[in-house]
Amino acid sequence: MANRFRTYAVLTLLVIGLVFAGIGCTGTENGEEGAPAEDAYGDAPAAEAQDIFIKGSDTVLPLAQAEAEEFMYANPEKTVTVTGGGSGVGIAAMIDGEVDIASASREMKDSEIENAEANGISPMEHTIAYDGISVVVNPKNPVSELTFDQLRGIYNGSISNWKDVGGEAGPIAVISRDSSSGTYEYFKEEVLLEDEYRPDALTQPTTGAIVSEVSQNPNAIGYIGVAYLDDSVKAVSLDSGDGFQYPSPENIISGAYPLSRPLFFYTNGEPEGLTKEFIDFVMSEEGQSLVLEVGYFPVK
Amino acid sequence: MLDRNYKEKMIESVLFSVSTLTVVILLLICLFLFRDGLLLFEDVPFSNFAAGRFWYPTSVNAQFGILPLFFGSLIVTAGAILFSVPLGIASAIYISEMANPRVADYLKPFVEILAGVPSVVYGFFGLVVLVPFVQQTFNLATGQTALTGSVMLGIMALPTIITISEDAISSVPASLKQGSLALGATRWQTIYKVTVPAALSGISAAVMLGMGRAIGETMTVMMVTGNTAVIPSFPGGLFDPVRTMTATIALEMGEVPQGSDHFHALFAVGSVLFILTFLINLVADSIKKKYRFKVD
Repeated sequence: MANRFRTYAVLTLLVIGLVFAGIGCTGTENGEEGAPAEDAYGDAPAAEAQDIFIKGSDTVLPLAQAEAEEFMYANPEKTVTVTGGGSGVGIAAMIDGEVDIASASREMKDSEIENAEANGISPMEHTIAYDGISVVVNPKNPVSELTFDQLRGIYNGSISNWKDVGGEAGPIAVISRDSSSGTYEYFKEEVLLEDEYRPDALTQPTTGAIVSEVSQNPNAIGYIGVAYLDDSVKAVSLDSGDGFQYPSPENIISGAYPLSRPLFFYTNGEPEGLTKEFIDFVMSEEGQSLVLEVGYFPVK
Repeated sequence: MLDRNYKEKMIESVLFSVSTLTVVILLLICLFLFRDGLLLFEDVPFSNFAAGRFWYPTSVNAQFGILPLFFGSLIVTAGAILFSVPLGIASAIYISEMANPRVADYLKPFVEILAGVPSVVYGFFGLVVLVPFVQQTFNLATGQTALTGSVMLGIMALPTIITISEDAISSVPASLKQGSLALGATRWQTIYKVTVPAALSGISAAVMLGMGRAIGETMTVMMVTGNTAVIPSFPGGLFDPVRTMTATIALEMGEVPQGSDHFHALFAVGSVLFILTFLINLVADSIKKKYRFKVD
């Protein structure tokens, strides 16, 4: 009996030992991979960095991801890691020197630039594409045009019934992003101006959740990047004073559509090494044609 | 002999330091949480936080009133308990008292699997299935309501409630039940009048722990409750969107500038949450200890 226990004990220890050994191995591998990225900011020549990190806007995420995949396909020995989280998250990470490129769907705020400079980082802006924000409603909703005043009324709480904006009587379920989103701030600045979002607006953590709610709920209204538009929701034409404009590619590139905006990459100073290579790729003809494929609009 | 003693002592001290480490970690978390939370009150009076009715963290005139979030958590948790306690206790009674042992052997692992489902999966299920269902059934402006969150959290709290109540019910001495049956009580009377009252301390502990699980859950509620920071009414507020304390922290932590009032406010909310769950666990523990069933 005692012997059997001993066998079990030895076996258990062996298994645990192997597991820890395994963990140890992956740890070192990660460490090795991670090291050159930090070198990009360190003393080592930046040209040697074989991987870069991009973090930031969820709006830019699908584009950055597509660009990174294409770039890595052409340069298999180089790695571009892309993560989302929101423009603010990416900019904060760049200020802390954690990432090589911050992607953003809004310009850096003055406070963020101050913080960056206090940290010895001099942010440089690169416009990589244009995006449109479309206001979406359920396809069953007869409303297909809204003026900016109506939109502001819906979002600041002064309009709460669809019949006030030309629809069928019914409560409006107003959907917004959370405050970490660049789209949230952009929409607030452009549409709400001085007002606050109505306190009873639904707050969704992702654009996907907005699409899901609007496609299921005939009363809902939300705003999303044009890249996320699909048949499950209906985009509304907007009028900011120059007539109703549909968020079509022509209107967004020409700037006629009122809710169009540039998308940015931010780097610490003039990009170097792999960072420069990647940004050059994004700005190349091939890179800009990807912009169209993803659903945004090229700079050139 | 001396060598052996020495070895024993060494093992003992290693184990002691490992278990002390958990306590130290807990203390450090407390310290960190409370320190950053308290910094809020340098700029914002405590009453504005504790009795504030508005949560506008990014406004020009920022308001950090915890009441909408606190009541949001409360109503969702209360709904979850109302939903899961009857269901959980009934399942526990069935599994431990009535089910054919073979059936019970199948049921138990399934209940435990329910506990292992990641909360995002619950959230996704809630968002895609339950939200439209609630909206259509009750004809609401949106299906993202406290009720939806309550049902999802109820389902998530079920395994905790079932497993612990089942343990409590099974550990009621057989002599008690046999005595009751021998006196002519039916099986149902025995369960209702003898077994369940005898296991009540364990069942209450199960309910408290289920509550702790529900109040601390983040991902699922964030996905299905709409996250509207408005003080809900009761019980009508069950059909309105609400925002819980956990969802607020998860939603806003990403963007918040380090060291700002908003940052400290989120830590203060975290502290309140921590104190709340701590109290709930404490009560659960003391119920379990104090009323442990004794057979002479």
